[in-house]
Amino acid sequence: MTRILALVLCALALLAVPWIIGNEFYVNMASQVLIYALFALSINMMLGYGGMVSLGHAGYLGIAGYACILATIAGYDQLTAAIFAIALSTAAAAFFGLLSLRAPGLGFIMITLALGQIVWGIAYRANDLTGGDNGIRHPARPMPFGFDIRDAPSFYYFTLVVFVIALFFIWRFSRSPFGASLTGARDQPRRMRMLGHNVWLIRWITFVMAGFWASVAGVLYVYYNLFLSPHAISLQQSAEILLMAILGGASTLTGPIVGAAIITLVKNVVSTYVERWNTLLGIIFVVVIMFMPYGLVPGCTQAWRRWQNHRKRRKATPASEPAQ
Amino acid sequence: MQWQFWIIQTLNSVAFGGLLFLLSSGFSLIFGLMRIPNLAHGAFFMLGAYFGFTLLQLKLHFWLAALIGGLGVGLLGIVMERFVLRRLAGNEQGQVLVTLGVSFIIADICLLVWTGDPMPLPAPSTLRPPLRFAGFAFPTYRLVVLAIALVAALALYLLMERTRLGAMIRAGVDDMEMARGVGIPVSRLFTTVFLLGATLAGVGGVLGGPILNAYPGLDTDMLPLALIVVILGGAGSLLGAFVGSFIVGFIYNFGIALVPDLAYFVLFLPMVLVLVFLPQGLFGRVQI
Repeated sequence: MTRILALVLCALALLAVPWIIGNEFYVNMASQVLIYALFALSINMMLGYGGMVSLGHAGYLGIAGYACILATIAGYDQLTAAIFAIALSTAAAAFFGLLSLRAPGLGFIMITLALGQIVWGIAYRANDLTGGDNGIRHPARPMPFGFDIRDAPSFYYFTLVVFVIALFFIWRFSRSPFGASLTGARDQPRRMRMLGHNVWLIRWITFVMAGFWASVAGVLYVYYNLFLSPHAISLQQSAEILLMAILGGASTLTGPIVGAAIITLVKNVVSTYVERWNTLLGIIFVVVIMFMPYGLVPGCTQAWRRWQNHRKRRKATPASEPAQ
Repeated sequence: MQWQFWIIQTLNSVAFGGLLFLLSSGFSLIFGLMRIPNLAHGAFFMLGAYFGFTLLQLKLHFWLAALIGGLGVGLLGIVMERFVLRRLAGNEQGQVLVTLGVSFIIADICLLVWTGDPMPLPAPSTLRPPLRFAGFAFPTYRLVVLAIALVAALALYLLMERTRLGAMIRAGVDDMEMARGVGIPVSRLFTTVFLLGATLAGVGGVLGGPILNAYPGLDTDMLPLALIVVILGGAGSLLGAFVGSFIVGFIYNFGIALVPDLAYFVLFLPMVLVLVFLPQGLFGRVQI
């Protein structure tokens, strides 16, 4: 019951964001948070439930983003371009998955990092296609079902709709038998194999699904910024997305969202005052991993439970004293 | 003209391969022994180049600058191993991510100290005039870099195969539990290997400076190359790092010279082939 209440409250709060803040700058930031939250949720499908650490996740942003822009420029309508972009990027994920999953464990990190950097390098070097370092502009935001999403609040609602759909699917995914078998493959791959599960296939399907949602987020990113350059798909971007999931708490559904909100806000606030965002990013990385390996959400939940237990015990103690 | 192009490019490739060997041999050793890909290795290389730049500005002799710059990076490697990685012992995934965090910090501090402009490192003056032989002009400095890389490869080979330290490292790579069991001081070994790997990367950075310049982004340019070398050659193997470095050096250099737009894409192909047919790499000792 409290759960449903909390969910309804969250939904109302999310819907009311443009009214509450009003200021266009902050509404745009809220859209950014949602887009990054989708990235973090998608990487968390691999990281949290599958135990696979990918450092090439920004590559899908790159493939989907550039494909979307180039197809639109080539004259296709926005919907076709978006579908083409997501399909191409998901296909790339299917292929990258074949390669990365050849090496379990830490080799996986290396291979995904190398693949992500190769995508970055192609975007950086292929001047004729991608505009190289100068980046490339997206002509205009689309008009989904005839709605105009050019101003900040309506774009926020558009992002919110996509985000909620994605969140529902990822939630179903994490609660499904498939999600359970993925967790099993993470914790006890050998036993899962004994039980007749195809561990490799489970991981590969997850990899492709994560790539799909990252591609969706990549298209949203292009709609939001109307611009894409290799900076947006650098190793730093992949690391930020990964950090969002870890900071909030991998293997929870809310963790990546919280992490994305914190990192996006901190980044925006810090960038206005100092230029040293990268140092701060590195320090957050080191501190989180050394002192908060399970992330904020599980950490806070644990602290809350402990505090409640503590309170219960304190209530219980005076009552039991007279009996002694 | 045509001949000159091919010869110069070949020479550039082997010189670049030599630099890659200095970078990736340490990376491979650390990976083989500690089972972690040190993602700060590209940053070590870049830091070496910047150290070299500053030391050369202080009018230090070039080779002395290379040595001091390398050792400076090596000390940083020890600090990172002792005070950061050591606290995460057993949590390899955390260790990898921490090395990535450290690489961001190093890169950003480099940007703060040495600004965003590329800093050219002058080659030693005696090596600047090209070497003329049979009507062709060879860039002397690159030949010397290649020679140094070959000497380093030989020295590392002798260290690994002929000394007590090398035997202990090999034992650790092959079976860490047994190595501990027979009384090898594995903890000290970790620090030694980290010092060695970081110093090699730092020296590589100084030596690479006159060829590549020191610039922000050098770290993320070099790190994927080191990763691909290790994926190709196999982790924990000196021979793998050696062969892999020259393969990647050739492919990358000729890729840039012939199809500049697709230089990175060309790197992708050998990596795909090796991963599909030889997941352990050409000479891998350790499953990556």
